[in-house]
Amino acid sequence: MKFWKKAANLVLRFVLALVASGIILYLSGYSPLKAYKAMFWGAISNWDGIALSLVQATPLIFTGLAVAFANNCGIFNIGGEGQLYLGAIAAGIIGAFLPSMPHFLHLFLALAGGAVVGGLWASIAAWLKVKANANEVIITIMLNNISILLCSYLVNYVFKAPGPVPQTPEVQPSASLSRLGTGTQLSTALFLGVLLVFAVWFILYRTKVGYEIRAVGANPRAAAAAGINVPGMMTLALFLSGSLAGLGGASQVLGLHGRFIQGFSPGYGFDGIAVAILGGNSPIGVLFSALLFGLMRAGGMVLDRTTKIPVDFVLIIQAAIILFVAAPDIFKSLKGGVKGARSVAK
Amino acid sequence: MEALRMTNISKNFGQVKALNRAEIVVNKGEIHSLLGENGAGKTTLMKILYGIHQEDEGQIFLNGQKVTISSPKEAISLGINMVFQHFMLIPNLTVMENIILGKEEAKMGVLSYGESRKKVMELSERLGLKIRPDMKVEDIPVGEKQRVEIIKALFRGAEILILDEPTAVLTPQEVTELFKVLKALKAENKTIIIITHKLKETMAIADNVTVLRNGKTQGVIEAKKATPEILAQMMVGRSVMLEVEKDKVEKGQVILEAKNLSLGNNLKNISFKLHEGEILGFAGVEGNGQTELLETLVGLQMPTSGDILYNKQNIINHSVKERLIMGIGFIPEDRNDRGLISNFNIWQNCILGYQDRYQKNGILNLSAIYKESKKLVDRYQIKTEGIFSPTSSLSGGNAQKLLVGRVFYHSPQVLIIAHPTRGVDVGAIEYLHQEILAMRAQGKAIILVSADLDEIKQLSDRIAVLYEGSIVVEGSAHSFSEEELGIYMAGGALKESKVVGS
Ligand SMILES: Nc1ncnc2c1ncn2[C@@H]1O[C@H](COP(=O)(O)OP(=O)(O)O)[C@@H](O)[C@H]1O
Ligand SMILES: [Mg+2]
Repeated sequence: MKFWKKAANLVLRFVLALVASGIILYLSGYSPLKAYKAMFWGAISNWDGIALSLVQATPLIFTGLAVAFANNCGIFNIGGEGQLYLGAIAAGIIGAFLPSMPHFLHLFLALAGGAVVGGLWASIAAWLKVKANANEVIITIMLNNISILLCSYLVNYVFKAPGPVPQTPEVQPSASLSRLGTGTQLSTALFLGVLLVFAVWFILYRTKVGYEIRAVGANPRAAAAAGINVPGMMTLALFLSGSLAGLGGASQVLGLHGRFIQGFSPGYGFDGIAVAILGGNSPIGVLFSALLFGLMRAGGMVLDRTTKIPVDFVLIIQAAIILFVAAPDIFKSLKGGVKGARSVAK
Repeated sequence: MEALRMTNISKNFGQVKALNRAEIVVNKGEIHSLLGENGAGKTTLMKILYGIHQEDEGQIFLNGQKVTISSPKEAISLGINMVFQHFMLIPNLTVMENIILGKEEAKMGVLSYGESRKKVMELSERLGLKIRPDMKVEDIPVGEKQRVEIIKALFRGAEILILDEPTAVLTPQEVTELFKVLKALKAENKTIIIITHKLKETMAIADNVTVLRNGKTQGVIEAKKATPEILAQMMVGRSVMLEVEKDKVEKGQVILEAKNLSLGNNLKNISFKLHEGEILGFAGVEGNGQTELLETLVGLQMPTSGDILYNKQNIINHSVKERLIMGIGFIPEDRNDRGLISNFNIWQNCILGYQDRYQKNGILNLSAIYKESKKLVDRYQIKTEGIFSPTSSLSGGNAQKLLVGRVFYHSPQVLIIAHPTRGVDVGAIEYLHQEILAMRAQGKAIILVSADLDEIKQLSDRIAVLYEGSIVVEGSAHSFSEEELGIYMAGGALKESKVVGS
């Protein structure tokens, strides 16, 4: 009953978002119906479209999980983008520069490197929050800039591959995530993402640590009174959140681009926020909302190829969806954060 | 003569039937008690009279005339005034400014307080409502704020004065003072409606009592003819044991000892010994160090100096969790703040703090958790649809049973309990008191903090009074009268030094 009410509410908001962006499109002189048809039909009617949607969804699964995981501990991690970048460059460096070794070992090291670097980067925010009660929203935003610029420095001056493009050398085959067929951009990164969905679900709902993380997220003062180490759980949650984002970056490098390229992310980390909130901060919800966002991104590309409608239209739809679907909840969680529900409880 | 009649008043808040054809009839110049458990609809009924809420159906008659009251402004012009549970004063204005607010007089455009001030001070003196007119409201104590509210109401010309749970914030002495004022008002033929859920007070002050239960009027009774038992039965709908039977329990050895605990300005040199099978009650006006003391004992706050011995072992550096594992159970003062996680469902709250016992290699043993949670819910008579229901769906009494039950169920040695029955209905109070005494009978050592003196007196073997962070007196429970405790709570010492046995 409650579930259906919630679902109906979500669908309604989604339709409103489509209507609103349709109006904008109409006022700009295009036919919204044609656009939606080209977009959604293009993204699901053939294997290429589906594959493209999945490719676009893959990084969003990781970043969506990252944001959702931290949110479960009452922490708003806006730093996904920066953590993703650092995870990507770490994986790129390990994948390209380590001497040759068995496939699984190399791949494991590259992924683990991405996860650990992303996690440690997020832990800076955790550390500042726990030590100085700094607001993690502000810290993670600022860390985004630092990390993206740091990556630019590294890729331009330290690990640059020869040539005009700021990118690292190609990742060795032993560290690559294999493609799911010739001529497709789909790779096992997708499976890794889905695997993580279930791993995160298991951690949150089936383990003691997950229980404690959610207790801290839901009521830090009650958690503290129950003997749960609140700062410890917050640090752990932010570390794992950063690791998930870092893995997202690593999987892009190892599965899609084959190297770290400056500016490779069109904002996957930020989209992760919308994905997480649309998914109700539950891992399964994140999977579905990432697929939806991937579908829209892919649809936008089809739109660009097959109609005169500019690809930017997809950005409008995305913005409308965020406004209608996710913004109320973002606002709620931000308000909670400011009110100090999220400050480190004594 | 009949001053007020409200008939067939119904009011719904969404799904909640707050009032269901409620009735109240109040005579001119009487003190009328509106009695009922939490959530019975008392406040709602009076807010309808005061024009804050509009009734869905029903009629209101003032002095026999049918009236409709659509705003507090209208109510005030009809001579109805209400003093709320949470005061409505403006903190950074002075007492006088607050009283006069809305009825300012101006001489050629300049505010002048002359006349009004005289009137206010005259009111204050005549009724014994002591106020300091030029203090800022934020700097005066609660009791005085309440007096300011009452004067404000009278200054606006109240003929019917409604007081919503006025004694909840007062010490016993202040309650006595308040009742004197109410009697003086009655002598001036004012009509007073006092909302309360306390039986003793009702008996002490009221002429007539209207009892509400579940939004319905259960009956009206002359206070002279009522007994606490009759009133309790009307409130709860079944007979209730008001006085708990306390069996004699052999005191065991000292299990918890505080030695010179200090915490900034909040706690000063607190020392006490707690034996097995004993309840040590801490009385005191709220905000005199109770919260800090309990949080220091369980490890949520680090004292600036002093030691805590548990079974002779110093546990001052032990974490909350270590103390919990050692057997110190904690029932915090506010179940929604530190006690329960309202977003969690019931089984998740059943294991909070004890999750270590329900896991293997870090993985929760859900079947064991479900089984034990069901047992806990049964054992502590928590009324709910099941362990998968949200905790927020529990009523106050059942939420409190869950909190208390969780700690009791996991067999602690020492219990640190704050306000175990706050905001809980009479039936649940009876039950919780019995459970606390059952723990005592099992030889558990219990520290009890409560704002309710009756509760402290009934349950405790020994009582210590906290005032400004110090224990001002400690002794066996029956060596104090309620008045004496009140004096200590207010910071006074008894004139003759009294020998208190222990
Ligand atoms: N503004 C409101 N909105 C929704 N429910 C309310 C509101 N005010 C009171 N209630 C509900 O109405 C019932 C009666 O409340 P109240 O009149 O405050 O009881 P009492 O004063 O007797 O404790 C309760 O169930 C309460 O939750
Ligand atoms: Mg009330």
